[in-house]
Amino acid sequence: MFQVAVTAMVYRIETAAVQSLIEVLHQQNYSVLGPTLRDGSIVYDELHDASDLPMGWTEEQRPGYYRIRKRNDEALFGFTLGPHSWKKFLFPSISKLFSASRNAKGFNVLKDKAEPKGGTKPLAFFGVRPCELHAIEIQDKVFASGDYKDPQYNNVRAQVFIVAVNCSHPAETCFCSSMGTGPGVEGQYDLALTEIIDEKQHFFLIEAGSPKGEQVLENIQHHPAEGNEVSKGEDVVRTAASNMKRTLDTRGIKELLYENAEHPEWEKVGARCLSCANCTLVCPTCFCNTVEDSTDLGGTEATRTRKWDSCFTLDFSYIHGGNIRTSTKARYRQWMTHKLASWIDQFGTSGCVGCGRCITWCPVGIDITDETRVIRDNNGSA
Amino acid sequence: MTFEHEVATKVAVPDGLPMAPRPFVIRRTRRETYDTFTLELESTIKTKPFSFAPGQFNMVYVFGVGEVPISISGDPDNMDKLLHTARAVGTVTKRMSALGKGDVLGIRGPFGAAWPLAEAKGKDVVIVAGGIGLPPLRPSIYSIMRNRGEYGRVCLLYGARTPSDILFPREMETWRKKHGIDVFITVDRSMKGWKGNVGVVTTLIPKATIDPLNTLAMIVGPEVMMRFSALELLKRGIDPATIYVSMERNMKCGIGLCGHCQFGPHFICKDGPVFPYNRIKELLMKREI
Repeated sequence: MFQVAVTAMVYRIETAAVQSLIEVLHQQNYSVLGPTLRDGSIVYDELHDASDLPMGWTEEQRPGYYRIRKRNDEALFGFTLGPHSWKKFLFPSISKLFSASRNAKGFNVLKDKAEPKGGTKPLAFFGVRPCELHAIEIQDKVFASGDYKDPQYNNVRAQVFIVAVNCSHPAETCFCSSMGTGPGVEGQYDLALTEIIDEKQHFFLIEAGSPKGEQVLENIQHHPAEGNEVSKGEDVVRTAASNMKRTLDTRGIKELLYENAEHPEWEKVGARCLSCANCTLVCPTCFCNTVEDSTDLGGTEATRTRKWDSCFTLDFSYIHGGNIRTSTKARYRQWMTHKLASWIDQFGTSGCVGCGRCITWCPVGIDITDETRVIRDNNGSA
Repeated sequence: MTFEHEVATKVAVPDGLPMAPRPFVIRRTRRETYDTFTLELESTIKTKPFSFAPGQFNMVYVFGVGEVPISISGDPDNMDKLLHTARAVGTVTKRMSALGKGDVLGIRGPFGAAWPLAEAKGKDVVIVAGGIGLPPLRPSIYSIMRNRGEYGRVCLLYGARTPSDILFPREMETWRKKHGIDVFITVDRSMKGWKGNVGVVTTLIPKATIDPLNTLAMIVGPEVMMRFSALELLKRGIDPATIYVSMERNMKCGIGLCGHCQFGPHFICKDGPVFPYNRIKELLMKREI
């Protein structure tokens, strides 16, 4: 795993400097995206200024349960994660792959419109949690490291500026400690924040993780953090880790799931699962997609559109003559085995970062950590 | 990943935009059976001949209708024409079957791993095909015929649903008469006038004129047929390490980015479609993988 240089200087910035940070990113032509309150949940969208951040809000998450509620302070990052992940910007849920036009010789693909290059502004992700930083790196492996690279993803990704935030408040559904993806920021970021808030004080620690990050930091007011401030930051992460209750035992997980493909638990979880695909949509690493080819009414202009797809739909496995995974059991097994086991063979990493979204947003509260536990506890009972 | 075998011959990836098809014009169409047809295509870009390895497939696009993976059924040494043989079963293939000379299709490819023809040299070769599984094997047969002396006995075992479903019957006669390929054909259901074998393709395996200790097998057909064919070949004493199959799954991209073709840890599009049997035998025995 990529380790942050231990020599990175830690600075202190005041809460007001968060606004400056957003302004500097805007000045550098970034479109700043981050958490904001909308429709009763904390989502990722355009941040015009710091007031768009969900100040003083937190959320309560349990299996199949998500409610926001007021905090009794003015924390800017006093929540954990909502239904959105950054993949919606890097790998949009709907995007045009190419358009083509009929001509005398058949058709030609309109190169200028094909797989649009980063004609839009570069993106700054403001408030990337440690697990999400790992999720981005996992999707990089899918879309940016194989024989074929996804041009759209890479064009956007190459320009992303990442402001990561250390976690202070794990949700009840979080299990990043088990997956080695948090609650402390690790990996490739440009800037990393730690929010320190108690009755007496409210400020941020900030570290630069790249020359781009250093350059942005130079433009906002910051001071080297004092020793006790730095240790307060470490306490935040340590407390977050010790407050995390959920665990997933990953020892030999690949072999465990491969060997238990016929475990009776799949039948049981398949009976509960609604096959609604929520887990795959909220998952920050799920990348499956489908394409739709269409034409205009005259049949002269054709378009191919890519959309998020889910292994929970019946159609997903259709081949002539029928569908491969007709049962919900088989679809749940495919999803969970892919996420926790075959992903390791495919990309050299787990597909799970322990963000817990699939647990929170499952309408019936199916818990991937419980399912793993049941299979482990009755290993080989197939 | 640790596998007992190397991936079948990997083929270099083409450049350019990975999801944009390249126009190919239909030079000839040929009706093979009542529901199966062959299209002979030629690149509209003359300077870029189409080369592929036996066993590879293309994503074939009908303008505005859709795109499907179809294996290449022509001669790998003839780069001027690209052949696809398909059964009209879905929206795209039905539309494709209605196209004629001069119509233009989109092609992305070739994709996937190829048949291990180099490994087969010096060995007997048994080719087991079920139904529409024969076209993906035809490029291998062409390649073997061209270098006939480098292979031992070559035996094609082919099963079709009925006598009227038999593909390339006249061609198979040539393979038998002129190229020393033993061809055995069976049908699931007989029809008036049929004097040949009746029964599933696995019933032909005992007839195969091969030396089991020095044989390489290539199998294509429905999954259940490949499973039982492999088991039957094993019964004849063929080394499982020399059995190869070609898998099929839904595919939207052909380049490992859409996730649809996953078969356990494998992406059929890039790790396959041709797999050493040993690499996937456990998965083949499970349902709904």
